[in-house]
Order: sequence, then structure tokens, then C-alpha cells
Amino acid sequence: MTFTAPVLSYALLSPMLILLGGALIGVLVEAFVSKALRPAVQLTLTLGSILLSFMQLWRIRGEQSLTAAMGSVVFDGPAALLQGSILIIAFISVFLIADTENFTALAAALPGSDEERHALQSGNQVTEVYPLTLFAVSGMLLFPVANDLITLFVALEMLSLPLYLMAGLSRRRRLASQESALKYFLLGAFSSAFFLFGAAYLYGFSSSISFSGIREAIVGGGGNDVLLLIGIAFLSIGLLFKVGAVPFHAWSPDVYQGAPTPVTAFMAAATKVAAFGAMLRIYYTVFANAQWSWTPVLSGIAIVTMLLGSLVAIAQRDVKRMLAYSSIAHAGFLLSGVIALNKAGLDATIFYLLAYGIATVGAFAVVTLVRDSSGEVTDLNRWRGLGKRSPFAATTFALFLLAFAGIPMTSGFIGKFSIFSAAYESGAKGVVIAGVLSSAIAAFFYIRVIVLMFFTDATEDGTSVEIPSILTRATVIIAAVITVALGVYPAPLLNFITDLAIFIR
Amino acid sequence: MKWLTILMVLPLLGAAMISTLSKANEKAAKQLALATTLIVMAATIAMAVGFQRDNIDLQFVEKYSWIPSFGINFALGVDAIALVLILMSTILAPIVILAGWNEAHGGRWSVKTFYILILVLETMMIGVFAATDVFLFYVIFEAMLIPVYFLIGGYGTGERAAAAVKFLIYSLVGGLLMLASIIALYVMSGAQGGHTFDISELSKLTMSSTTQNLLFLGFFIAFAIKAPVWPFHTWLPDAAKAATPGTSVLLLGVLDKVGTYGMIRYCLTLFPEASKTFTPIILVLAVISIIYGAFLAIGAKDIKRLIAYTSISHFGFITMGIFAMTTQGHSGAILYMFNHGFSTAALFLVAGWMISRRGSSTIADFGGLQRVTPIMAWTFFVAGMSSLALPGLSSFVSEFLVLVGTFTRYPVHAIIATFGIVLAALYILIPVQRALHGPTTPGNETLSDLNLREKIAIAPVIAIIVVLGFYPAPLLKVINPAASHVISQMGFTDPAPTNGDK
Repeated sequence: MTFTAPVLSYALLSPMLILLGGALIGVLVEAFVSKALRPAVQLTLTLGSILLSFMQLWRIRGEQSLTAAMGSVVFDGPAALLQGSILIIAFISVFLIADTENFTALAAALPGSDEERHALQSGNQVTEVYPLTLFAVSGMLLFPVANDLITLFVALEMLSLPLYLMAGLSRRRRLASQESALKYFLLGAFSSAFFLFGAAYLYGFSSSISFSGIREAIVGGGGNDVLLLIGIAFLSIGLLFKVGAVPFHAWSPDVYQGAPTPVTAFMAAATKVAAFGAMLRIYYTVFANAQWSWTPVLSGIAIVTMLLGSLVAIAQRDVKRMLAYSSIAHAGFLLSGVIALNKAGLDATIFYLLAYGIATVGAFAVVTLVRDSSGEVTDLNRWRGLGKRSPFAATTFALFLLAFAGIPMTSGFIGKFSIFSAAYESGAKGVVIAGVLSSAIAAFFYIRVIVLMFFTDATEDGTSVEIPSILTRATVIIAAVITVALGVYPAPLLNFITDLAIFIR
Repeated sequence: MKWLTILMVLPLLGAAMISTLSKANEKAAKQLALATTLIVMAATIAMAVGFQRDNIDLQFVEKYSWIPSFGINFALGVDAIALVLILMSTILAPIVILAGWNEAHGGRWSVKTFYILILVLETMMIGVFAATDVFLFYVIFEAMLIPVYFLIGGYGTGERAAAAVKFLIYSLVGGLLMLASIIALYVMSGAQGGHTFDISELSKLTMSSTTQNLLFLGFFIAFAIKAPVWPFHTWLPDAAKAATPGTSVLLLGVLDKVGTYGMIRYCLTLFPEASKTFTPIILVLAVISIIYGAFLAIGAKDIKRLIAYTSISHFGFITMGIFAMTTQGHSGAILYMFNHGFSTAALFLVAGWMISRRGSSTIADFGGLQRVTPIMAWTFFVAGMSSLALPGLSSFVSEFLVLVGTFTRYPVHAIIATFGIVLAALYILIPVQRALHGPTTPGNETLSDLNLREKIAIAPVIAIIVVLGFYPAPLLKVINPAASHVISQMGFTDPAPTNGDK
């Protein structure tokens, strides 16, 4: 028997490999570098890996291959765009993570125990969050380029497991943080089970785990449609869980609220890009010919997600929960791009993902700035009069809210317009109307927050805006500049996306 | 020469210069803002001189590619209707700044921010009338809400935050309905020869009558909220009451005109068939606005709310003139938009001075002002007379044209609307009598009359009201060709005037 060496196409995998390498070195740094140097070394290493990965990605952006890693990874234009978006979002999120004030000194210690106190007092801050971030990012990069069900599942777990841990790392309110981590983990495990269940049925339907095999089986017809339908349904549940679509959204408000805010920012923005990236590939290539079976259901889910997210957000009194529900509503908007199933929908979804992801990181970055002596203040009532105390925080937060609301001159408007017009073009008028309606509802609570910040006076004080670290300030400024730039002159990015975003099958 | 771009850039330059000033330097901010708006006004007049009034095509056309992937252009151009409205806006801007010299004090933020917002708003006011790309129009239409929102909420009085929110929510809901229609237009244009937002290309689209009706409603409701037409008017009195007088002038005088302008430019041009279908309903709404607004005005206790209600009545006249589908009605409506800008400005500015002197906006608190402050009383009187369309003042001409134009096709509506004039006499004369005549109410004896700055600010407004009342021809000559062009494009011919001798 002869052994053929597998062809891996290292160049195409290199963005992920660089990150994994960085993560492994990070683990070693954690063990061997002195505690005084550790934060700086870890930060440099993490940012360096992401930057290097991005540069490598830029180099190979024009390449196309179905066969990287023996056909289990596909690399094409959308892949490059999605990976690029994830890397950009991760880069500015790491700036927030660098503010170690948010993280527990010793995650392994019980909340309130002597070990924890000791670790805090001695300044023995562990920095495992950096390698965890890198592991998560590399999983996210793999998710939208996976080309068979096994790789897809591995990528899903690779991005999720570090996030489960990271959600529990908060320094303040550790119990809530750990509860959110546990909740995220348990529900995530359920959804992984659903996902695997669906994958098994798809294998049963097509006797193949590769995307191209399943696709051919669908195109060829003749298989057992019941298996296919069950497969699509359960696989979709797994994916919809990750993006937080109704009715699989229950985890997200709690997790968003409980997790350390920098992690929430990273998770909310980057996970969405990765998960929607994978959805785009699966629905646009693998399931495209079974459109009749999933578009009606997905349309329904999109409509319910948009409306419910917007409606429930109105009732929120906590800024992180409000942003969580707003992100649910945005998942609905993004789903309408998936349903569109045309080139315009693909371009629009990719644009929307980047624009929304950056604005989200920016918004959560502002949340990390608003503090009192016991940590972040997320109660909206205590954001009253913020415009007076900190025009910088209030103005930028208002900008991000306006972008979420889709007001012209912000990236959110261009995103909304392009995604709705693509959905309308595909005939999904009901989705567009629901989208417009829920935009109107959503505008209400975004504006309410702006009113709180600018038009009301502070009732009690104690909430102060910490002079932001240079890095957090940089994140806010970068996100704000990009949000405005993409709103005023989106043409270059749109052209770039249009030229590059073509799936190869 | 790129007139329109220059007009749009100038206020932004002024705003940029103001933003470099220190917060304490309030006087410089005001002077700079006034100078900027004066320059813009001069430039607009210079542009208007070069306008060829017999040419019904768009003039001063400019076009730059903006977002090519969606076929969006930064396209500007004006016809007579847009020109008249831009002229009105840019003349009102310096007047508002001069008249409300001190109104930014007592706001939530610095004086400097107030003038930056005003100047940004001026750019958008010019752009919204000059845009010939539907997408560009929509962007400005929505974006201009933001400065107004902060102007009301940050510098207004009383329930300013609530009023600002109400204004913004109403407008956003309308805008989103319009967005849905715009998306539909965009998609249809893609199916019929290539994605575009060019208004003249879009007007050539073929669509089923159901589609046309639905899309028309998307646009019309947005404009009816903006204008505002009954039953979409409830935000206006609150906003006008809370805003500073200057902001109110811009809000009612200019921003609301975007609604009636949009009805002509977008509803009639893009959806001629649907416009005809909905004409009967819209005319009824317009007549209700006229009468209902007048009744509310009669009952108003607060002088700012009173002016807002009179505007609802006046917007009813404008809407009626637009949908009467006659050249006279149309000309009258367009002229009415211009005139209403100035008569409302006069009312609001003088009312603002009265209120700031007296410290109250309740009509009952005034009385006998004629004796104490004769000049202020007389300017208020003239403004009021203009508002009730006294012959010899500008509003009379336009109101008369609207009624005559409507009568030839819809006599019943015109007759009912005429009662609006009678009611107008009531809602103006009652407050005039209470506030200006009679014995001086205690506490008013020491009020000061208009100072020089205020006189300079109000003089051009009064002059325009009087001059256009006697000699409206210069404006009508510009407006008439455009009005008859719209009517003929819609496939209407003016009915022959019914002769009384028959």
C-alpha cells in the first residue's frame, strides 16, 4: 500500500496557523514569563499574531481553492472577506481586553475565597484571556471556510470553548459571570448536539460529509427528502443558536450581561461574523437547491427575530441587556440577507457584518468607560446626564446607537439599505416590511438612551467616566471613524466586496 | 459654476470655523454664523439671477458618482419650485440668527454648538431641495432630523426632551415607510434596465396600479407627517412650543415645506396614476386640516401653539392646491410655501420677543402692548394680518390662487375651505385684540420695545410680505412655467373657467 502525503496548501491555511502558533506561544508565556512582564508580552504577542495573520490574508486574498487541507477547507473571495472582518474586529477588541481591570485575577479560585483575595492583593494577575482569544479567533476563521461537516463542527467547538471560559472571567460580580458562562456552555452543548444530529442525517441523506457531496446529492435529487429536511432543520438550529436568533436567543441577554464587557464586545461582534459567514456558505452553496424547504422557515424566523428583539429591547433597563436584544434584532436583519440568496444579498450581508461588528465593539467599548468605584455602571438610569460629564463617551455612544438605528450618514444605514434591497429583490417583501417596522420600533429605544444621556440631568452621582486607557480610547475612535466613513463614502468597500465575494463550489 | 455645491459647502465651512473657536467666545460664534448665512444668501440670490425662468428643465445640474454599486449619484439640480424654496430658506437663515441673537443662552450646551447645528441644518435644507437623486434626498431628509432634534431638545424650553423625541419618532416612522418604497423603486429599476435613483429615470418605470398605490402611500405618509396634514399633525404643536423661536421658524418655515415639496416632486412625478387615485381622499384630509387647524388655533391658550395650529391650517391650503391639479392651484401652492415661510417667521420671531420680555407664552398674560411697545405690537399685527391673508399682503395672493384653482375642479372643497379664511380672522384677531389692545395688563408696563437689532431683523420680513402682496409677479413668473409643466405631465388640462353669465 502506498501512502500519499496529504496536500495541505499551507499558504491558504496560514492565517489560522499563525494564530494557533501565537496562541500556543501565549500558553507558554503564561507559564514562563515573570508576572511583571506578562501583560505587555501577551498583548504584543496577541496583536502581533492578529496583524501577521491579517497581512498574510491580504497576500492571499485573490486565491481560490477548493482543496486546501485535502478538501476540508475552501478558500475564496467571501472567505477572505469574512476572515478579514473577523481579524479587524478581533484586533480592536483586544485593545479592550488589554484593560485587565475587568478580569478576575485568578479564574480558578472560588468567588470570594482566600485564594482570590490573595491573588488580587499580590497583583498576581493571570492573563490567560489572551491565548483564549487567539484560540477563539482561529476557530472563527475556520468556521466560514470549513468545507465539510466534520471541519465545520470542529471549528464550531474551537470558537465556542474558549468563549465559554472567557465569559466567566469577570472580576466584578463573579457569580453572575460564572452563571452566564455555565448557561452559555450548557445551551451551547445542546445546540452542538442538535448540530451533530443534523449532520448525521445529512450524511444519511447524501452518504457524504463534504459540502460538495451533499450539494450534488441535493441537485441530483432522488435521495430521501425526509432525511434531508431533518438534516437541514437540525443543522440550522445549531447555527441559529450561535447567531442568537429567536427562538434560540434565550442565552444571549444573560451571557452578554454577565460576561466581562470586553469579552461581550468581542463575542457579540466576531461570533456573529463567523457564524453568519458559515451560514452564508452553507445556505448559498450547499442548500441553495433545496431553497423551497428552508426559505419560508428562515423568513419566519427572521421576522420574529427582528420584531421580538426590538420589542423586548424597549423594556430593558440595563445597557448591556439592551445591546443584547438589539443584537438579536440585528441577527434578524442579517438573516434577511441570507434569505435573499442572490449576489446582492451576499455582498450586503458581508458589508453589514463588518459595519455592525465594528459599531458593536465601539458601543461596548464605551460601556467599559462608564464606571463608579465598584466597576462598570450598566444601569441605564445611572447614565443620565452622561453628555454633560463626558461628552466624548456620550457622543460616540450616540453615534453607535444611531448606526444601529440605521440613520443615514452612518454605516448602519448603508448596511440596512443594501440588505433590505437584496431581500426585496429576491421577493421577500414580508421580511422587508417587518424589517422596516422593527427598525421603527428599535429607533424608539435607541433614541431613549440618547435622551437619557443628553437631555436629562443626573439624579444621583457616583457614576464617573474613567479617563480611558489609550487603547480603549483608540478602539472607540477607530470604531467611530469607520462607522462614519462607511456611512458617508462606502463606495470603495462596497466595490471591493462586490468584486471579491463570489463563492466557489 | 457649481452653484449648488458651493451653496452646500459654505455653511459647512462656517460651521468648521466656528468649531475652532473657544466656548467662551460666544460673540464671535454668532457673528461668524451670521456672516456665513449672509454670504450663502448672497450666493443664492446671485444664482437665482442666472436662472432661466422659461426653461422647465432642471438647471445648475451637477452629478458625481457616490456609491456606484447601487447606482447612487450625488446629483443636484433645481427647477423653479426648488429654487424658490432654497431662496426662502437661505433668506430666512440670517434673519433667524439675527432675530434670535440670544436664544442659544440657557441651552444645555454651548452657544457655539447651537450655531454649528444651525449651519449644518442650512446645508441640509439646501441639499434636500436640490437633490435629484432619490437616495440622496432620503439621506438628507433623514439626516436633517438629527440637528433639529438636538436644537429642540438642547436649547428649547419646557418639555423640550419629550417634544424632541416625539418629533423624531414621528419623522423616523414616516421616513422608514418611505425607505420601503424607495427600496421597491430601486429593485424595480434594476429589473427594468439597470439600478438607478435618478428621479427622471424612475418616473419612467412601469408598474402595476396596486404597486403604484402602495409605493405612493409610502412616500405620501412620510410627507404628510412632515408637512403635517391631519391626522399626522400631533407632533407639531409640541415641537413648536418647546423649540426656540428661531428653531420654530426653521422647523415650520423650511422643514415642513420638505413635506409639501416632496408631494410635488416625488408623489406627483413618480406616481401620477396613484396621485389621481388618492386625490379625493387627500383633498378631504386637506380640507379637514384647514378647518380643524383653525378651530384648534381659536382655542389655543399659548401663543406658540397658536402659531403651530395656524400652520396646520395653512398646510391644508398648500396640500389642497397641490392636489387640485390645476395650474393656478399649483402656482398658488408653491407661492404659498414661500409666503408662509415669511409670515410664520414674522409671527414666531415677534412672538418670541414678546415671550422673552414677558417671561410667559400664555396669551392672557399680554394685553395693551400697543401702548407700551408700539413697534412690536404693530409688527405682530402685520404678521397676523399676513397670516389671515389680508388683501395687500403676500399670503392673500397665494391663498386666493389656491382657492380659485381648486374651485374650477372641486368647487365644494373650495367653498368649505373658504370658511377657513373666516376662521383665520377669528384666530388672529382674537389674540391680537387680547394681546395688543385694551388696558395694559399689570406687569407689562415696563416692557421694552424692539431694539435696533430686532428692527433690522424683522424689517426685511415685513418688506417681503408687503411687496409680494402688491406685486407677486416676479415670483409668479418663475413659478408658473414649472407649475403648468407638472400639471401637463400629469395629463391634466385646466378646466375652462365657469362663466357667471351662462
